[in-house]
Amino acid sequence: MTDALPPMIEMRHVAKAFGDKTVLRDVHLSIPRGTSMVIIGGSGSGKSVTLKCILGLIEPDAGQIFVDGHDMHEGDRDAFLARFGMLFQGGALFDSLPVWQNVAFRLLRGALKRPKREAREIAIEKLRRVGLTPDVADAFPAELSGGMQKRVGLARAIAADPEIIFFDEPTTGLDPIMAGVINDLIREIVTEMGATAMTITHDMSSVRAIADDVAMLHDGVIKWTGPVAEMDRAADPYLQQFIHGRAEGPIEAVR
Amino acid sequence: MSLATPLALIGRAALGLLAAIGRVALFACAAISHVVRPPVYGREFLNALLQIGWLSLPVVGLTAVFTGGALALQIYSGGARFNAEAVVPQIVAIGMVRELGPVLVGLMIAARVTSSIAAEIATMKVTEQIDALVTLSTHPMKYLVVPRLLAALIVVPLLVAVGDVIGIFGGYFVATGSLGFNPAAYLENTVDFLEPLDIVSSLVKGCAFGGIAALMGCFYGMQSGRGAQGVGRATKGSVEAAAVLILAANFLLTGVFFSI
Ligand SMILES: Nc1ncnc2c1ncn2[C@@H]1O[C@H](COP(=O)(O)OP(=O)(O)OP(=O)(O)O)[C@@H](O)[C@H]1O
Ligand SMILES: [Mg+2]
Repeated sequence: MTDALPPMIEMRHVAKAFGDKTVLRDVHLSIPRGTSMVIIGGSGSGKSVTLKCILGLIEPDAGQIFVDGHDMHEGDRDAFLARFGMLFQGGALFDSLPVWQNVAFRLLRGALKRPKREAREIAIEKLRRVGLTPDVADAFPAELSGGMQKRVGLARAIAADPEIIFFDEPTTGLDPIMAGVINDLIREIVTEMGATAMTITHDMSSVRAIADDVAMLHDGVIKWTGPVAEMDRAADPYLQQFIHGRAEGPIEAVR
Repeated sequence: MSLATPLALIGRAALGLLAAIGRVALFACAAISHVVRPPVYGREFLNALLQIGWLSLPVVGLTAVFTGGALALQIYSGGARFNAEAVVPQIVAIGMVRELGPVLVGLMIAARVTSSIAAEIATMKVTEQIDALVTLSTHPMKYLVVPRLLAALIVVPLLVAVGDVIGIFGGYFVATGSLGFNPAAYLENTVDFLEPLDIVSSLVKGCAFGGIAALMGCFYGMQSGRGAQGVGRATKGSVEAAAVLILAANFLLTGVFFSI
């Protein structure tokens, strides 16, 4: 990398516990601008909690988070959030609104507000990019299949062309072809639009398709992080057990 | 067992209650502070008016008409014990406007509106829709709570007024239909007897009960725990709290208006 710009996202000593259950112990993570970071880790290891901490949806017990060099608590919260797009693990679509209004939610109110017709056109274009036809635009989320809901969530996350995009398991519940389409889309958003992406996935082929860098979260810390090309050569036994999906190894599968 | 244990239990319950009152008060203050700050979500407000006001009319009307009718029968048979059957129009009017209209409408709103607000917001919380709202730069307080609260404050007094009138007519139909009252005299007695304070108290109660009903639904919904069980608990808790608070507020307001 050429520049001395600060990383887009930096987490230092972040810790979070729910009651007496420690989820994050001491997380350090740095994501350079315009790159794609993939977080892997066992179910319940705190990947979703990590994303929510960065967005301020969950307040960490300790540690600092910097976005573009600034502490996330500095400055205007609306402006801060306007830089982000987020796909939630469960989709989190508003079931009282039709699909296109979900996708265009940000474009229909607030600082980015624009005429209804224009917002609808953008929504339909974003739906097309996630492989959905315009006729779903007027359906309600409850009328769609799980994988379709996920893709609507994805379209909503990218609708306002954010600088930083978080994808929480974008390809779970999708068929292999559609998963490939979504992987390509995420890659395209990073390389063509220069966005910074942070993706959580359990699917190792997605990891290879999407990632510049990979970080593995285990036991409340980042056990391993590095470029995706080095992932297979890394000696870390936890990482090797995870990427090869072995039941035996340092990670206890049955507790 | 030592004497300290029951005392400690009472103490803990009292502290818990105080903490709960504090949380509700803070929530109410936050909601009110958002009423006066832009942006205003007009569409959500209109939708809330429709849901809370217009669609509650059938249940309010039916509740009021049956209660007014039963009231007329009771007063007639009770009054007959000391030859005071003639007071039916006056007592029906007073009973409906001062007490039963506001209280029954308030309780019906608690059953119909508080529960649905709590369940809806709690489901949104559980399915991360509230988190999604925040990430889309929309304040949940402003988008979900303020429209419902404002709509309830405006529309529940109107529902109470409708309930009062329909209740009086419930009494009127029973009295003129089967108790042999003269229709014109019945209405004249009603109108002559009611005082402005009766009507003002009725509307003020409606406003207070509407505020309580909406606030409890939103508060419990936003505090909901995780999963379907969390939604169930939030809904149950919201209706209980709204109903009890409405009855307590009714007692207080009756004291304020009529114990001179
Ligand atoms: N709001 C919350 N309250 C209490 N506990 C929570 C909360 N959110 C998450 N947790 C707990 O934190 C732990 C990590 O949750 P998280 O959702 O981050 O897991 P994850 O790594 O995303 O797992 P998965 O791959 O299954 O999605 C879990 O044990 C979960 O029970
Ligand atoms: Mg998760």
